[in-house]
Amino acid sequence: MSDYLNVSGRIFNIQRFSVHDGPGVRTIVFFKGCALRCKWCCNPESQSFEIQTMVQNGKEKTVGYDVTVEEVLQTVVRDAPYYNRSGGGLTLSGGEMLCQSDFAYALLRTAKENAVNTAVETTGFAPYEKIEKLLPYIDTVLMDIKHIDSAKHEAFTTRTNELILENAAKIAENAHKLIIRVPVIPTFNDTEPEIAAIAKFSAGLKNVNEINLLPYHNYGKDKYTGLGREYPMGDTPMPRDEHMQKLKAVAEGYGLKCKIGG
Amino acid sequence: MKKIYTAEIKKTDRITKLVDELISGTPTIESDRAEILTESYKNTEGLSIYLRRSRAFKAICEKLPVVIRDNELVVGSNCIEVRGCPTFPEYSNKWLEAEFDTIATRNADAFNISDETAAKLVEVHKYWQGKTTSELATSYMAPEALTAIDHNIFTVGNYYYNGVGHVSVDYAKVLKIGFNGIYDYAKSQRDKCNIYDSDYANRYNFLTSVMESCEAAVIFAKRYSAAARDMAQKCTDIARRDELLTIAEICDKVPAKGAESFYEACQSFWFVQLLIQTEASGHSISPGRFDQYMYPYYIKDIESGKITREQAQELIDCLWVKLNSLNKVRDALSAEGFAGYSMFQNLCVGGQDVDGVDATNDLSYMCITASMHVKLPQPSLSMRVWNGTPHELMVKAAQLTKTGIGLPAYYNDEIIIPALISDGLSLQDARDYCIIGCVEPQKGGKSDGWHDAAFFNMCRVLELVFTNGKDMGVQVGLKTGTLAELDTYEKFFEAYKKQMDYAIKLMVNADNAVDYAHMQRCPLPFVSSMLDDCIARGKSAQEGGAVYNFTGPQGFGIANVADGLYAVNELVYKTKFVTLEQYADAIKNNFGMPYTDKYAKTLTVEVVKEIASKGYEVTPAQITDIFNQIKNNVIAEDKKKEYKALYDKINSLPKFGNDIDEVDNYGREAAYTYTRPIKQYENPRGGKFHAGLYPVSANVPLGEQTGATPDARLAGTPVADGVSPAAGRDVNGPTASANSVAKLDHGIAANGTLFNMKFHPSALKGDSGIEGFISLIRGFFDQKGMHMQFNVVSRETLRDAQLHPENYKGLVVRVAGYSALFTTLSKSLQDDIINRTEQGGF
Repeated sequence: MSDYLNVSGRIFNIQRFSVHDGPGVRTIVFFKGCALRCKWCCNPESQSFEIQTMVQNGKEKTVGYDVTVEEVLQTVVRDAPYYNRSGGGLTLSGGEMLCQSDFAYALLRTAKENAVNTAVETTGFAPYEKIEKLLPYIDTVLMDIKHIDSAKHEAFTTRTNELILENAAKIAENAHKLIIRVPVIPTFNDTEPEIAAIAKFSAGLKNVNEINLLPYHNYGKDKYTGLGREYPMGDTPMPRDEHMQKLKAVAEGYGLKCKIGG
Repeated sequence: MKKIYTAEIKKTDRITKLVDELISGTPTIESDRAEILTESYKNTEGLSIYLRRSRAFKAICEKLPVVIRDNELVVGSNCIEVRGCPTFPEYSNKWLEAEFDTIATRNADAFNISDETAAKLVEVHKYWQGKTTSELATSYMAPEALTAIDHNIFTVGNYYYNGVGHVSVDYAKVLKIGFNGIYDYAKSQRDKCNIYDSDYANRYNFLTSVMESCEAAVIFAKRYSAAARDMAQKCTDIARRDELLTIAEICDKVPAKGAESFYEACQSFWFVQLLIQTEASGHSISPGRFDQYMYPYYIKDIESGKITREQAQELIDCLWVKLNSLNKVRDALSAEGFAGYSMFQNLCVGGQDVDGVDATNDLSYMCITASMHVKLPQPSLSMRVWNGTPHELMVKAAQLTKTGIGLPAYYNDEIIIPALISDGLSLQDARDYCIIGCVEPQKGGKSDGWHDAAFFNMCRVLELVFTNGKDMGVQVGLKTGTLAELDTYEKFFEAYKKQMDYAIKLMVNADNAVDYAHMQRCPLPFVSSMLDDCIARGKSAQEGGAVYNFTGPQGFGIANVADGLYAVNELVYKTKFVTLEQYADAIKNNFGMPYTDKYAKTLTVEVVKEIASKGYEVTPAQITDIFNQIKNNVIAEDKKKEYKALYDKINSLPKFGNDIDEVDNYGREAAYTYTRPIKQYENPRGGKFHAGLYPVSANVPLGEQTGATPDARLAGTPVADGVSPAAGRDVNGPTASANSVAKLDHGIAANGTLFNMKFHPSALKGDSGIEGFISLIRGFFDQKGMHMQFNVVSRETLRDAQLHPENYKGLVVRVAGYSALFTTLSKSLQDDIINRTEQGGF
């Protein structure tokens, strides 16, 4: 175990007491760097692996720092009393933890050795061997399926979806638990047929019975400005609750348990 | 298995009307009680103090106006106005006269007073000259203690000027045997007195006064019965007429006799609650375990079909309104310390029974519902939590928290019970504890806890270490060494402990002086009639008649002291960033920062006094000039720079409240400097002192009297409240803050600790928000934290947080699929969240 403690990686935040990213009270470790460039991404500072400067409320702020597994775990275990009461634990988010899979592996394995429940939020975009190695140490995989149409997927995320869909099937077969998540993005995938296609695919995955619909929001907009970038989604409105309820009904039509939000 | 109904019950129109009437009322001072009391006292000059008290109480019960308001199902009031307030000149009265002109417009808790009432009170107060508890207490205090009070090291103001209160009587006994039963018991004990017994005079007279007080309560109720019957005869509304006839019937029976129905129990409870607060002016008269002692009456009526759950709920709601109708006028400074017209009537639900079995029942839920229905601050609702508390009750309580009224407060059985046992309670009594006043755990019906005995400002004591015990030129503390002599941290800390020990001794002196004054001038036979074992011992509670006797003075400012000690050790002794002399100089000069108006005023008065003492005349223009110079802290630029460098350095250090063991340990040690020495002292009632760590709202006014502290807290600004981290210094979120607080030793602070946490309603949104919230409480309690309460903040607070982010660094809000610290968000996102609340969405 001690070997893993020294593995280092790059993150941009550790957030304690999160209750919406996996079961119970969780500590979220946000990895820096992602293979996708989703237009709606609400954490644009997570995308580049490089350490960046972002302007927030008029002040410059360095985004990204290198940490060892031991440093992260020291913070994570402090909330063990709350995990114990709620079934919570550690969630790796990002960015994309698969882009630093050795670091993720060391973190997840050490967390399990410390009896901490684990979850990951992932795009699933990586060679399956990398994912496979992590699966024994992940209690809950929260994986995005953003679109079934590969061309449209590429247009909005810069990547096609074949690898993602393939991986989804494999993960479903081998993970302890897989929950599918769909960011519901107006102009991209928020119609009933598009959600239906995702739900149908998800329902067809082995062992999968839950799907979460995450409504689009523009709360990351300021961060784009802070990074000197233009906000790709412009003035796209947030989906209305009635519409989300309709989409939920569509997903439920495929026999899935569906929740709006994480 | 016990079946518990948790389905929602709707609020009735009656409750809406009663609440509307209450909140439209203006707090008003009335003179009836004071006049009747004084007249009685004039007629009883030659009698024992017990009989003088009971005769006065009886006269009040016979003569106070009877008031039955429209829509009331439970009746009884000690004032004519809906938010009226009697006065209690026997405790103190000079401050009130001094405030006649300003009391209607003062900052905290204003009261109307008519010229007529004021004139009557002036007349009444003449009699009390030299006869009050307050005056006697002063004469008992050691000069050193008076000096320390004068220099705001601590205040014993609450009981110095008012009744003691802070008690939960044996409501169950009154419900069961009525005052006739208690009368009979007192008489049987009096019959056992032998005329040759050494304590015959006191015992016989005390027991007689108990019997007279019981009669008084019955007389009061019978007057309501008669009035209700009268009103019924004149009433044209048939439904109301029936209600009035029922009221007449019930008041004829209780509290004279035992209650047989839930309705009778409610009315009997209310007479007890009201009359305790008419006998004396002590606040924090706490109903305690209402869901336990009322349950037998409730379940009997439900099972026999005599009452529906809806009817029972309405009666409880009526009581909740009644609890908010009581009012108390305090002096201006105390009013700021107890801001919000609060009566601190603490009512407790949940927890374990005497045998360690979960005690949750229907009424536990219905009490929470009642608070949701009336949305008023009283009763101060408390929820006892233990490992066996049903999750469903936690959810119900969390839903009340979510409404933002700051209720309930959560208490941890798993640490409170052992703490009480360690202080001498039996296991069964400890399990049956309730909460008194703010946060003070105590066994109801058997204890005189004297819980709010003093506010002890630990920051002021830390100031004395830097000045070798001097304050404003006066030797207030011990001489613990010059700055040069304090050349190691160990010596510095040792000096602090010595100053604490000494100041605590002075506080004990002052508290015991006040205690004696109450014993001799204001024994309370009515309250004593409902506290075990006063009758059997033949002694009033004020003389140690209760089974358990404590004095619980509370310390506050732990977080400031912890941060300050840490900073001094780091910057003076470890890194030698500055010398202790430089540190002391910076503190003395408020780190070169401007002073608050109030603090500048205090300093100006000192300067002007000094100039005047030298025989110079000071013109108003010169005073203004001095004030402005002080306020703006006009000092040399290079000094300013030097101070600022230290100020910034201190602010960059880690602080208590962020789950950093190194700093948090200073908090633990700081708390011990208060909680440990106190345990060795005894009070005149044969009980012990034990510490509390909570400030009510006194951390603000008492902070105004406190100079800059070594944690870079500026002069005149609030001191940290309770055991909470200093405002704005806990930046790692709620779990980190809770972990830090849990590192203090709560078990030794059996008089209660107080941990405030701020949340935005959005953080409690949805099932996962509620579940996370409950896990936070559970996780804190698993680490032996004692108390937690939540301020679910409003839009206004969020606006203030935008303007003053430094005060709100720990504020959690839910953003989208996640929660975050409010102040770390962008301005526009903050605006968005504020606007979202405006739409009221949870």
